[in-house]
Amino acid sequence: MNRILFTKTGRAVFISHLDLMRTMQRAFIRAGVRIGHTEGFNPHPYMNFALPLSLGVESRCELMEFKLEEETALSALPARLNGVLPEGIEVLEAYASNTKFKYIKWLDIEAHLFYYNEVQPAAELAAFFARPELVMEKRTKRQTASVDIKPLIASLTVEDVSPGEALLTARLSAQEPSLSPAQLLEAVRQLAPALAPGHVRTRRLEVFDKDMNIFR
Amino acid sequence: MDAELERILLKVQKPARYTGGEYNQIIKDKAEVDLRMAFCFPDTYEIGMSNLGLQILYGAINARPGMWCERCFAPWGDMEEEMRRAHIPLYALESGDPLTEFDALGFSLGYEMAYTSVLNMLDLAGIPVRSADRKSLTPLIFAGGTSCVNPEPMADFLDLCAIGEGEELDVEILELLRRAKREDWDKPRFLRAAARIPGVYVPSLYEPAYNGDGTLKCVARREDAPERVTKRIIEDMDSAFYPTKAIVPSTEIVHDRVVLELFRGCVRGCRFCQAGFVYRPVRRHSVDFLLEKARAALESSGYEEITLSSLSTSDFKGLPELTDGLLEWCEPRKISLSLPSLRADNFSMSLMERVQKVRKSGLTFAPEAGSQRLRDVINKNVTEEALLNSCRIAFEGGWNTLKLYFMLGLPTETDEDVLAIARLAEQVLHTWREHAANKSRGVKITVSTSMFVPKPHTPFQWEAQVGVEEYLRRVRLLRDAINSRSIVYNWHEPHVSLIEAALSRGDRRMGAVIEEVWKNGGRLDSWTDYFSMERWLDAFRASGLDPDFYAARERGADELFPWDLIDVGVSRRYLARERAEAYAGRVTPDCRVKCMGCGANCLLKRGGCDE
Repeated sequence: MNRILFTKTGRAVFISHLDLMRTMQRAFIRAGVRIGHTEGFNPHPYMNFALPLSLGVESRCELMEFKLEEETALSALPARLNGVLPEGIEVLEAYASNTKFKYIKWLDIEAHLFYYNEVQPAAELAAFFARPELVMEKRTKRQTASVDIKPLIASLTVEDVSPGEALLTARLSAQEPSLSPAQLLEAVRQLAPALAPGHVRTRRLEVFDKDMNIFR
Repeated sequence: MDAELERILLKVQKPARYTGGEYNQIIKDKAEVDLRMAFCFPDTYEIGMSNLGLQILYGAINARPGMWCERCFAPWGDMEEEMRRAHIPLYALESGDPLTEFDALGFSLGYEMAYTSVLNMLDLAGIPVRSADRKSLTPLIFAGGTSCVNPEPMADFLDLCAIGEGEELDVEILELLRRAKREDWDKPRFLRAAARIPGVYVPSLYEPAYNGDGTLKCVARREDAPERVTKRIIEDMDSAFYPTKAIVPSTEIVHDRVVLELFRGCVRGCRFCQAGFVYRPVRRHSVDFLLEKARAALESSGYEEITLSSLSTSDFKGLPELTDGLLEWCEPRKISLSLPSLRADNFSMSLMERVQKVRKSGLTFAPEAGSQRLRDVINKNVTEEALLNSCRIAFEGGWNTLKLYFMLGLPTETDEDVLAIARLAEQVLHTWREHAANKSRGVKITVSTSMFVPKPHTPFQWEAQVGVEEYLRRVRLLRDAINSRSIVYNWHEPHVSLIEAALSRGDRRMGAVIEEVWKNGGRLDSWTDYFSMERWLDAFRASGLDPDFYAARERGADELFPWDLIDVGVSRRYLARERAEAYAGRVTPDCRVKCMGCGANCLLKRGGCDE
């Protein structure tokens, strides 16, 4: 399967997952690269994204796989696509891969936490995340369940950047089960409301397999 | 991006509407720009980005060195609330700069219900809504678009109106503004100079006076202002700017496809249709030009659909060559071609079958009136036979959903005409029974009615609207006459049509009503989420005006109209003659059969109309 590694930053973070699919599809057409279609009654272009990205989250490690209709030099693809993509989406690499997206296990993220007052919360946040268990109410579409998210955090550090701003870096379980940065901060809100930031800016940094090797 | 803006974007619906950054947007270096314009669309991003006029003018203005045209749309209510709370002024999408930093804001006025949004957008930008309260030269607030054929209801708010097609006119206005800035003119001096540009209407140079009965008595004007403002047109379509690098939105919009404009104007002359008169004379692109631009637009956008757009697409000469040429290019690339606004005649149907081989979406016809008598009155030259024949072809071809559009309250309409709508729908159903390719799937025929809105610059500009009660009585009459379960009847709510009728033929006093509605929270009035009839009626009362005076009053033959100072090419004498023909039940042939002397050919410098 062919894959691209791309970033989603700046204004593009507000492009939703559904809109991103349409945007990519059109960019490939503009670049003159014909994507292979699925078989069946209602054929549609075959494109598949690794871990759907929440609205508002930046990423340096988005992965999309796709079929090609005709022989195309993958090495030239990033330049061809970058000329026709909207601001904020940049293809870093195009390559063939035999791995499967389901083997992605861990995800590195960083989150800038902004507070409305000039606190320096790093030490307290570190202590909070060092608790032996972190049982939170996790809402799914159907129900709310109590979950201990502690095993879903491989590592986590927090540092104070300036009064009222802290930087949290973590390696979180990417899927089955996943712990999103939003859920991580929801845990703070539920269990240590005094430490909850007013506004958060989140960025995905890298994806890993179960052995902590970078996933491509 | 501003951190505060970023924070609120995470809280509102569909934030991609408010970020800009789309493919093909134009970013210029501010150091090399000496005139900044914001194209302001007084409706949502999804509606505005579907507007071909926006894409044309955006490209035409940005093609000028030193000019940078950006875009701005009306935020939805949730975004407006957040912006006001966070004190974020309305900004343009490309640069993110507040509108107060621009030299000119050009509003697109395509329909009357957008008026309140113009005021709201100005206010969101921190700009006084009334022209008289804006003393400095910039930002200049102007407007263009179809509704400007009667600019008077918005006269208090606009510094000037660009009447007619804007590709050349807007650039001339902006060039003058650039000079005025450089030479440090004050606003009155600029406006007097602008009024000398053909097609520019400067409301502050005119002052209306009224008779005791409320009708317009006369309009005083400053000596340097033209007596009438004649609309501008593009005479040679193929040499005008054509947008082949349209902005491709990163989020879904209403018309998410390439729109190919074939021609302007209409040869038909349906007597209720404002567009059919105010866009005359007919001017077309050549087939070769269109094929080249269509390919360029598809390649630069990545769209997989192209639609042909014009007032009456099937009247385009050269349509077979055009569709053949397009299909040849589109089919191997899996690009679909669609044809909106088809006439219910044989030619259109064979075309339809050719282009829509794959998808059989719903089919829509607009007979507008149920009886032949009334169709003759409105000059909608579609016979029942032709309509039923088109339906037969559609049903034989496998279509099984059909929409039929009608208006209620057309001049001379009787109960008999209303009941004829039900009979026509029955006939269509009967045609399905006789000719359906596959009856097991059933059929759905949707009949829709709306209340007729008499518009300026049409033969019905003198007519009274029937009123809400009478419309609803006719709706009930029709509803009771439709008995089949295969026929669904939808009627449009009449209140918006009443306000639309009052605004479209309003005079300058209407500005007070619009401002009052806006002050009481009115904006995005074309959306049922926001429209409030009570708010409009309260505003009329507060302003001492009666909506029925504007909507439901038949005008005297010689009454002076607020829009008489706008010359759209078609003469008032011709409109009066067409009205008489309507009452006599006589049809007028289309321009190609016989020139009836509407007057629009006078707008062309060389030769006659494109027939």
